[in-house]
Amino acid sequence: MVWTRKDLLGLEDLSKEELELILATADSFKEVSSREIKKVPALRGKTVVNLFYEPSTRTRVSFEIAAKRLSADVINIATETSSVQKGETLIDTGTNIQALKADIIVMRHNYSGAAAMLARHLNISVVNAGDGWHEHPTQALLDIFTLKEKLGRIDGLKVSIIGDIAHSRVARSNIWGLTKLGAEVTVCAPPMLIPPAIEQMGVVVTHGIDEALQHADAVNVLRMQFERDTEGAFPRQLEYFKSFGITQERLSKAKKDIIVMHPGPLNRGVEISSEVADGINSVILEQVTNGIAVRMAVLFLVSQGHDKKYETTN
Amino acid sequence: MRLLIKAGRVVDPANKIDAVTDILIEDNKIALVDEQIKIDTDLTIEAQGKIVMPGIIDMHVHLREPGREDKETVASGTAAALRGGVTTLLAMPNTTPAIDNPQTAALLKEIINRTAQAGVLLAGAITKDRLGKELVDIPSLKKVGVVALSDDGSSVDSDELMFMALKRAKREGILIICHSEDKGLSAQGVVNLGLTSTRLGLRGISCESEYKRVERDIKLAEKAGAAVHIAHVSCRKSVDIIAKAKQRGVRVTAETAPHYFTFTEEAVLGYDTNMKMNPPLRSLDDLAAIKEALHEGIIDVIASDHAPHTENEKEIEFVRAEFGVVGLQTELSAAVSELIEPGILGWPGLVEKLSVNPARILGLKKGSLCVGSDADLVVVDPQRVWQVGKEALVSRSKNSAFLGKVLKGRVEYTIYNGKVVYARSA
Repeated sequence: MVWTRKDLLGLEDLSKEELELILATADSFKEVSSREIKKVPALRGKTVVNLFYEPSTRTRVSFEIAAKRLSADVINIATETSSVQKGETLIDTGTNIQALKADIIVMRHNYSGAAAMLARHLNISVVNAGDGWHEHPTQALLDIFTLKEKLGRIDGLKVSIIGDIAHSRVARSNIWGLTKLGAEVTVCAPPMLIPPAIEQMGVVVTHGIDEALQHADAVNVLRMQFERDTEGAFPRQLEYFKSFGITQERLSKAKKDIIVMHPGPLNRGVEISSEVADGINSVILEQVTNGIAVRMAVLFLVSQGHDKKYETTN
Repeated sequence: MRLLIKAGRVVDPANKIDAVTDILIEDNKIALVDEQIKIDTDLTIEAQGKIVMPGIIDMHVHLREPGREDKETVASGTAAALRGGVTTLLAMPNTTPAIDNPQTAALLKEIINRTAQAGVLLAGAITKDRLGKELVDIPSLKKVGVVALSDDGSSVDSDELMFMALKRAKREGILIICHSEDKGLSAQGVVNLGLTSTRLGLRGISCESEYKRVERDIKLAEKAGAAVHIAHVSCRKSVDIIAKAKQRGVRVTAETAPHYFTFTEEAVLGYDTNMKMNPPLRSLDDLAAIKEALHEGIIDVIASDHAPHTENEKEIEFVRAEFGVVGLQTELSAAVSELIEPGILGWPGLVEKLSVNPARILGLKKGSLCVGSDADLVVVDPQRVWQVGKEALVSRSKNSAFLGKVLKGRVEYTIYNGKVVYARSA
């Protein structure tokens, strides 16, 4: 299996073999972070630009560390007041970064499809670090990597994703990645937070938390993004915790060694209790650590990919 | 001036003609339709193997003038029309300012008289500024030549106001065209609601937002006894509602656009903003329903909903990009490829949708090739295959859903008002 893609835009596009290649590559990079000198020269002389249109600490820092451990030069552009307001188009921003001879743009954007659009217009690599409600491929990859590390396989696992599925890019990427690798995925949320026709993506839908936990080998607990609830569609925080919050009591009825994941940042006492977040089933901090290896793998692989170069020269 | 079109397959369903014959044009009228016309002419077009049909009457075009001349002008839009075989078009009133008073309508008429290359008819707004609050003065608009009313781009939300508009329109003998959309249901949506909106992580536009309003508009028209025309029908449920209304004798007609019988929502999966339009591309089942409705005559008209937008408004994030696509130059070829080729429509059926029915609905003495009628004709090569590219589009905007697509059937000549106004060179 040879990697050919210049971009990583989502897991929906990837084959099972490509997913496995990323995971295997991440596996080989993981050891770098435990060395005394945490660096390999794989991307020496390459420039990675983190272009973030949404506030993010965890993902941006993780990408920055990943790039630096590969010996790349890293530039961070945080556009918290979006460039839209300054008048520059996303494509113009991208072509300018390309003209600066950067090699990879890692982009977080509040609009679904922004990474795909940018990638279409650039010859350099684009890695999607989260676009709107669409995909967050590296988050799902690190979730899957962690699961595989813990349970030795993905094929045949029962994984439940709990929370605001409708507005979650993490959920979508996890669904694509997990189902392609043979896991059985259940999504669980109140009806208003389940998007239409999602069962056609190959998942089972439930509105009952106990049902979602009952046979699960792992549970991925999504962050309730109350700050994004502009439509008043969300249940209230306490109400949500009562109905869907992952507590020790609920967990006691699940498999004893169920894996508990969360993409962070945590809302303790909203979607997950502190007891569970810090408990023996939780792998939340291991996910963070694994994020580095996964992102190293992605940055390394896309730097090798040369497909679909933009038709016109820039 | 004498022009002879020789030995083409003349498709003239208004006169029940579908035969290889000659057509003689003298000045701006059709002078003779007969086999083997032998006469001295100024110009002869050899049309063996070609289709000769009345010029297309496109009931749904946005020319953008006045106000957004960067997107399109009367001159550029009508140039595109001629290349697509469209000799008469109805210009939608959602310009800046809107065509909601006789002064603005007269201003546009003056621009048309000066710059139009094809026939341009005016639609006026139903309400002032298309805000759905206050009705326009219909008689004064009629007096300056407005032939239909539409708040296109918006629907009149108030049932009372819409009912009153329909009653007055009936009294004045003018057609109301409905952009049937309940924005309360489609709010902020950008693609069809369903698996596609879920996969893309975008807000959806339900079929319900369309068909509920179609249902309402028909009900009000029925109550008012007025004629009503439903624009850009995109889904099966709307088709079903229109079919039932026709059965019980409501004076309703309907149109669809080529993108609704060519593409499904899957075309949006790469976030191609040239696949973003309102109503959105729907499911395969909806596409099948549109084709059936064309076959059965439930949908009367194919119109382009030509909606030019600049690259600055399209080559941006999908959510922010404008709705709409250009279509004047591709509608005939799209219809040949998607309707004639698979046998959904024969040539007479297609000409009805493109010329005969629009003329009837708008009350025009066009869409016919009988002796004495206006010499607006198109000569089409039904076999010619071409790939749609930006360079072929003469509209100021290039936002076509068909870019890169290979289509069958191409306009060879367009004759407007007795003159050859377009002859294909490449």
